[in-house]
Amino acid sequence: MTAIPAPSPGQKKLGLVIDLDTCVGCHACAVNCKEWNTSGHPGPLTDFDAYQEKPQGVWLNRVHTYEAGLGDESRTVHFPRSCLHCEEPECVSVCPTGASYKRAEDGIVLVNEEICIGCQLCAWACPYGAREFDEDQGVMKKCTLCIDRIYNETLPEAARVPACVSTCPASARHFGDLGDPESAVSQLVAERGGYDLMPEMGYKPTNKYLPPRKRPARSFAAPVEDPSPPDAANGVMRWIDRVLSR
Amino acid sequence: MKPALSVIFFTTASGAGYGMLFWLGILDAFGVMPRATWFGPIAIGVAMVLASLGLMASTFHLGRPERAWRAISQWRTSWLSREGVASLLAYAPAAAFFAAWPLAGAASPLARALGLLAAVFCVGTVVCTAMIYGSLKPVRQWRNRFVVPNYLLLAAFSGAACLAALAIFWQPGPARIAAAVAVAAGAAGAAGKLAYWRFIDAARGTSTIESATGLGWLGPVRMLEAPNSEENYLLREMGFRIGRKHAGTLRIVALALGFVTPIVMLILGAALVGPAGRVLLPLAGLCALLGLYVERWLFFAQATHTVTLYYGRGA
Repeated sequence: MTAIPAPSPGQKKLGLVIDLDTCVGCHACAVNCKEWNTSGHPGPLTDFDAYQEKPQGVWLNRVHTYEAGLGDESRTVHFPRSCLHCEEPECVSVCPTGASYKRAEDGIVLVNEEICIGCQLCAWACPYGAREFDEDQGVMKKCTLCIDRIYNETLPEAARVPACVSTCPASARHFGDLGDPESAVSQLVAERGGYDLMPEMGYKPTNKYLPPRKRPARSFAAPVEDPSPPDAANGVMRWIDRVLSR
Repeated sequence: MKPALSVIFFTTASGAGYGMLFWLGILDAFGVMPRATWFGPIAIGVAMVLASLGLMASTFHLGRPERAWRAISQWRTSWLSREGVASLLAYAPAAAFFAAWPLAGAASPLARALGLLAAVFCVGTVVCTAMIYGSLKPVRQWRNRFVVPNYLLLAAFSGAACLAALAIFWQPGPARIAAAVAVAAGAAGAAGKLAYWRFIDAARGTSTIESATGLGWLGPVRMLEAPNSEENYLLREMGFRIGRKHAGTLRIVALALGFVTPIVMLILGAALVGPAGRVLLPLAGLCALLGLYVERWLFFAQATHTVTLYYGRGA
């Protein structure tokens, strides 16, 4: 059903915390997401002209790179963007068929591809661009929070995290229960000031982003050059220095 | 937003169909439609064919058209689902009105009551169509107070113009009344459209690239690198830009073709009636439909979506 389950106290809210301070923009999360999910729950993630001049296809995670601020204070920020598993997901409430749903037990937003009609209204209703249309299959695809990994008892326990989290070489992605204030991810959000994207839309995203850390003030003036290098005490070195300095 | 031709045809054709049935029901209740046995069934038939063609066209937009029937299940939350349910329900009073006209007579209380009932369902269906767009928060050009009145006025206008075009082949009097209604609705529709355009041009989006990324505290934010080297589904579907480039010209085309020309033809056709009216009134209806097709194309093409903020484009 497309009605959003009523939140209960202590509601489990599985989601991601993405650290924009440590993300190095390597795109490994996006690639591993594609690799796992193309043969996983939402798969295949169809590609068109994959080996041609203009390859295109379904990606459930895309990494943007921004420049924020001006001059000395400007920062390059790598910014992975995927489904935020919102508490008020209007992508679900607009769905005419009930193919889109939000799970009451853990808050994950999923698509039942067996009954999706491919009207794409959910993609229009998502402010974040989390939903993609598979033009080959005629149905919508989205991040499942790797539902086929996190509950998969055939995997070693350490591997029961979303593919993007398991592959991140910088540990910039964290997975956990954001409904539990004592969980490691909730603590991280509290400590680092984790925030919502576009809070003004009112979708109440579950996923949180950690801001880049503030830098100590730095001087960008050129260092003053020492006229006599330390090794210049040696006569030969002094001569070489003089010759090369001409 | 990408203007899918099937969806544009759907909203314009079904809007005209429901508008036509609405006015037939209302004007028959007031006793000002031709009383001829076959006028009613033919007019209801034309209206429902227009509405049905629109509904069928909308399924061409689906990735899985064979599953379209599933769309009527989630009417509790989804305006698209409500639109599907309302459009199906509207067939019942339309069919009853269709049968009552020749059997009980156009002037009978039964036919009048059924006509009014059909009119109510027509309004409900058009409101649902408009709310599919009017409910989407990420598209500021759609989620505003102008959208529902605009859809209703434009359906009323094109529907009345089509009714006038048909009625002239029976009696000049009722055709004149339908034409007068169409002129009034067309003038109101044009005013509403101009107000809508002024509104979307003046309003700014509440979301910005700074709020989308949450990096505004560092200063202005700009995209340095897109995630992928090529265009993707999101940009093709929600980052459509050709329409915005030609918006000024297309607005003039929509106003001239959709409102000014049909209104002039309606006035002339209603004044002259006779053979001239039988040419001018159908032409006015056709012209209104074509113009509204351009208007609806712009409604999509000029709409921006917040996802494009992530790609460093305005929304």
